[in-house]
Amino acid sequence: MKLARSAPECNAGALRHFRAAVRDRGGGHLARTPWWNAVQAPSRGRSFRSGRLAFALLGTLMLVACRGPNPAADLVIINGAEPETLDPALMTGQADLRVGLAVFEGLTRFNPTNAAPTPGLAERWEVSPDGLTYTFHLRSHAVWSTGEPITADDVVYSWRRVLHPATASEYAGLLFYVKNGEAFNTGAIQDPAQVGAAALDARTVRVELQNPTPFFLDLCGTPTLAVVPRQTIERHGDRWLSARPVPASGAYCLEAWRVNDRIRLRKNPRYWDAANTRSEIVDLLPCVNANTALNLYTSGAADVVWDKNLVPGELLDVLLRRPDFHSYPVLGTYFLRFNVTRAPFHDPRVRAAFALAVDKRRIVDKITRGGEQIASAYTPPGVPGYDAPVGLSLDPGRARDLMAQAGFPGGRRFPACDYLCDTTSRLHEQIAIELQAMWERELGVRVTLRKMEWKTFLVAQRDLAYDLCRSSWIGDYNDPNTFLDMFMSHNGNNRTGWKCEPYDRLLREANAQLDPARRLALLREAETLLVREAAPIVPLYFYAGLEYYDADRIHGIFANVRAEHPLRAIWKSPPAGRPLAQP
Amino acid sequence: MTAYVLKRLAFVGPLLVVISFLAFVLLRLAPGGPFDKERVPASPEIEKALRARYHLDEPLGQQYLRYVGLWWEKREPGGWRRVNGGLIVGDFGPSLKYRDHSVNDIIAQALPVSLSLGALAFCLATGLGIPLGFHTAVRKGHWDEYAGSLLALLVICIPALVVGPILVMVLALKWQWFPVALWGGPWHAVLPTLTLGLYFAGRIARLMREGMLGVLPSEFITAARAKGLSETAILLRHAFRLAVLPVVSYSGPLLADLLTGSFVVESLFQIPGIGVFLVNSALSRDYPMVVGLVVLYAVLLLLLNLIVDVAYGLLDPRVSYE
Amino acid sequence: MNEARTSRTAGAQEAGRPGASGADTAIPLSPSRRAWRAFARQRAAVASAVFLAFVVALICLWPIAHLPAISSYLPEAITWSPTALSEAQFTPPSLAHWLGTDVHGRDLLSRLVSGTGISFLVGIVGAGMSLLIGVLWGALAGYLGGRWDSVLMRIVDILYALPSIVFVMVLMAVAEAPLKAHLTRAVSSATGEWASLLLLFIGLGSVSWLTMARIVRGQVWSLRSRGFVDASRALGAGHVWILRRHLLPNLAGVVIVYLALTVPSVMLYESFLSYLGLGIEPPQASLGYLIADGAGNINAIRTYWWLVVFPGGMLAVLLLALNFLGDGLRDAWDPRSIGQ
Repeated sequence: MKLARSAPECNAGALRHFRAAVRDRGGGHLARTPWWNAVQAPSRGRSFRSGRLAFALLGTLMLVACRGPNPAADLVIINGAEPETLDPALMTGQADLRVGLAVFEGLTRFNPTNAAPTPGLAERWEVSPDGLTYTFHLRSHAVWSTGEPITADDVVYSWRRVLHPATASEYAGLLFYVKNGEAFNTGAIQDPAQVGAAALDARTVRVELQNPTPFFLDLCGTPTLAVVPRQTIERHGDRWLSARPVPASGAYCLEAWRVNDRIRLRKNPRYWDAANTRSEIVDLLPCVNANTALNLYTSGAADVVWDKNLVPGELLDVLLRRPDFHSYPVLGTYFLRFNVTRAPFHDPRVRAAFALAVDKRRIVDKITRGGEQIASAYTPPGVPGYDAPVGLSLDPGRARDLMAQAGFPGGRRFPACDYLCDTTSRLHEQIAIELQAMWERELGVRVTLRKMEWKTFLVAQRDLAYDLCRSSWIGDYNDPNTFLDMFMSHNGNNRTGWKCEPYDRLLREANAQLDPARRLALLREAETLLVREAAPIVPLYFYAGLEYYDADRIHGIFANVRAEHPLRAIWKSPPAGRPLAQP
Repeated sequence: MTAYVLKRLAFVGPLLVVISFLAFVLLRLAPGGPFDKERVPASPEIEKALRARYHLDEPLGQQYLRYVGLWWEKREPGGWRRVNGGLIVGDFGPSLKYRDHSVNDIIAQALPVSLSLGALAFCLATGLGIPLGFHTAVRKGHWDEYAGSLLALLVICIPALVVGPILVMVLALKWQWFPVALWGGPWHAVLPTLTLGLYFAGRIARLMREGMLGVLPSEFITAARAKGLSETAILLRHAFRLAVLPVVSYSGPLLADLLTGSFVVESLFQIPGIGVFLVNSALSRDYPMVVGLVVLYAVLLLLLNLIVDVAYGLLDPRVSYE
Repeated sequence: MNEARTSRTAGAQEAGRPGASGADTAIPLSPSRRAWRAFARQRAAVASAVFLAFVVALICLWPIAHLPAISSYLPEAITWSPTALSEAQFTPPSLAHWLGTDVHGRDLLSRLVSGTGISFLVGIVGAGMSLLIGVLWGALAGYLGGRWDSVLMRIVDILYALPSIVFVMVLMAVAEAPLKAHLTRAVSSATGEWASLLLLFIGLGSVSWLTMARIVRGQVWSLRSRGFVDASRALGAGHVWILRRHLLPNLAGVVIVYLALTVPSVMLYESFLSYLGLGIEPPQASLGYLIADGAGNINAIRTYWWLVVFPGGMLAVLLLALNFLGDGLRDAWDPRSIGQ
């Protein structure tokens, strides 16, 4: 080694010499590739100066996506999950339907207070005495947000589009009440003109129904039957909702849609009732985490949260006491299905025993805690004029007797059975654990819990590869039929394997009935069969809509059984003495 | 070096083909399809039409070729035409869950957000981790080394699931320094970056510490000391370059993971990035989205590994080509 | 010779103690013995090992407390069953329930103990599986070299790019029912209930072997480049003999260290799976499940702190201990402290 003279030179020289020495020796531990670098190593090089460049790039990157919405919205609502589609013919989720109703309107629209159908695009209609023909008269000054008039042809086009097999609309069943609707959808008829909806002139639509359908006006208010812009769809095809502007027939226009970020709606000035649309800009935010939704509401970033899945379950007892938390019954039921094609649940006594052993009060008080009502029948209360029958209530003694009669006294020799629940919410698991404990305690039966993720769960349910499973159903319209017709023998939503000819007959008879009282009586008889005698299901509780909003400042939201809150009626008043503060 | 880089880049194409095919096939093995819902459509024809619309009823090989874009169809008025789009032109197809958007749309909207958050978290992780690791290695045996090591270990042992809500509760709700969620201005980025970056800061601190402890006893350091170089110069100019190598190696996959978003952080803070999409698309059987995200991740990973290897070579003068 | 002493001193410095160990002057110890001695000198690592042994003993002995003969002599708080529901919902820690109860009135202490046991099992089996596959794969790739090495490592690259969550999900969705049916037929229905746990092991193990393979491959490659492998081949040794006698013992250190560090990452990944709902089936619980559940309880209005603090604290302490242990093992097995 050279003798040291001045520090930098000598060091550089020494290091170079060292490196050479190391290389020549083959290195020993210095040349060993460290264990963390198992990838192929590249060549030697100069000193590394691009660190600064990298930081500059990173800095730019950081600022790229840090932007907020431009003008602040008048109303910010947390809508629940991100809508999968805003095409009214294709939407099925509740979050989608709420936005769809705001942007596209149909012949009727819902009254915010009681969700009853009121005139929408149709200002009046006539119903024939036999209940089979409706004649709707559209408003003369109804126009799209882009200025073209909304004509009867648009209405007929929209409905035919829903029924067309190529559209593959999942809610096309709502239009099967129209004559030849089902035939056109299944391809039995090729000519759409044979479907019972026709435009008599530019402002008149005549609809012919298959059977007298008392809830048909409700159906006309749903987004599936809303009017969609034909020109835009024909021009842009599948991507018509990406075109800007999207012509809107409802109270709001779709201004911006960023997936998982927000949907911004702006008031449609050309809406026929624009004078009564209260808010100018409405932002709808998606949210998946209940605590995040609560935090956003508490911090003022959101004005309304109206998805019952976004309420933290363990806080419900505290939340229910707050004035800005609202709980009210809605048309939905949480129930259990039995697979009646497999032993031991093919025996109605065993099913009844399981139903009688369930303490629904405990589940509602301890687990769900949202003020839900326990369910004895399947159809929730709130349907006008309908008086649901009494089903099977808690009676452990009778349950044990039934089990003994069926050949399993005290639960002995009972075959292994499983209860399926899905992972979309912790609630299902919690309810499952309670049910498992109840059946073990009362009947001496050990039910295995199987937790599956959503799609696997649906496949297992559809293929009847379960013994018990958790289910729920939300009503599409305000009538018992939406709950009862799914258990007809060949309905795809049955998924219990239960086939009962008397039940089918009762429902068919009811739906051909003109007299409402007689019809409801027939439906009641059918439901008694469902929940009391054959009992392929065990209804647990009726859903409650759970919403946060400050009733002093947010106006226009009313509790109704459909949880319908048309956006056009909602507005926010500023806090006393201060302008609207936006975070 | 150019030859090396080119050789590595040449591998990227075939690897992507294999990865995209595997991802394509993997998800289809799971039961259930994208259109299975709680409500079954009123007639089975609707479901058939839906599947036909997205070509899900074709054989798997044909679906894959169509997806890549190497499928020709007979079109009127006569003649064969290649199907629109396809992987070879960079079109990942329509999303089967968000039916009004294509996968490219969603990635274009969401990726910049994840990139920003990931880059910030990476800066936090290296900005905190490297100095901490350096410090604890240099001060070995003193109390601040124990404290620093313990701190680095502690942040590794608490998952982001727990750190996130606690930070929100204390910093955002109680003291109200930051917004609770969503993505907007710079203030929105602080809590998610902390939640995401602290864990990796701990990992990097530990790697840095090991690297320093591995380099400090080396002979050339001893020689440099004997030559009279100042301690600072030794540590910063000589030891640091070699000690940071394990961190550099780790940064490749780390950046790839961070830039493609974190599920936990993005769902906790409701950030519109792509981190949530991988898990949600897998759970909803949105096949094109999953394949698109996997290809994106693979591209990022391969490129970042290449960059890391090049940086490794620039930093460590001892290593050579095999 | 020079190198050996320098590196041994360096190794002793690494271990934080001055080098007077008597190993210099006595008969040289085998690398393993020397490594264990170095390990024994690290206080934190030894303390961690003792703590972990204590936790394992607690988990194994806990079911004994439920035996009717013994439970009458013990305080009530430690005889609760982890799956027994009660009316005492969300009670804070008290004399009857030392760690409080959850939404179903189940005692948290017993759930924590059984959950830790399951998490340990998951971590160890998962890490063990990753060890098995990863070591074989990496050793083969590093040993064979050339095209085989390229192919095997490219396969690792490809699998690394695939999302593990999708793989685990598909595995559990596809294999659960058949595996359960098979186990129920072959053994008993009680074993059938463990099907999902078994699948979880397999799933977690199969996503964590990739990094292990990379590390082992790098290590084998560097060992090969030292020349003693070629020397052995020249002397006529077979491949298997070389793998067994030369390579695997040298890998032992790296592998053990990495194993100790994989268990924490597997446990954390399991907690992520539980957060998604894909992990353990109820009513069993794992530590990850308890944490995911507890983390969902953190809010500003009323937090049931015991549901977060105790599982989170337990996980943190366990992971700390495992990391200290891994550190100690790595410092003890550092190849620089083992003679050339």
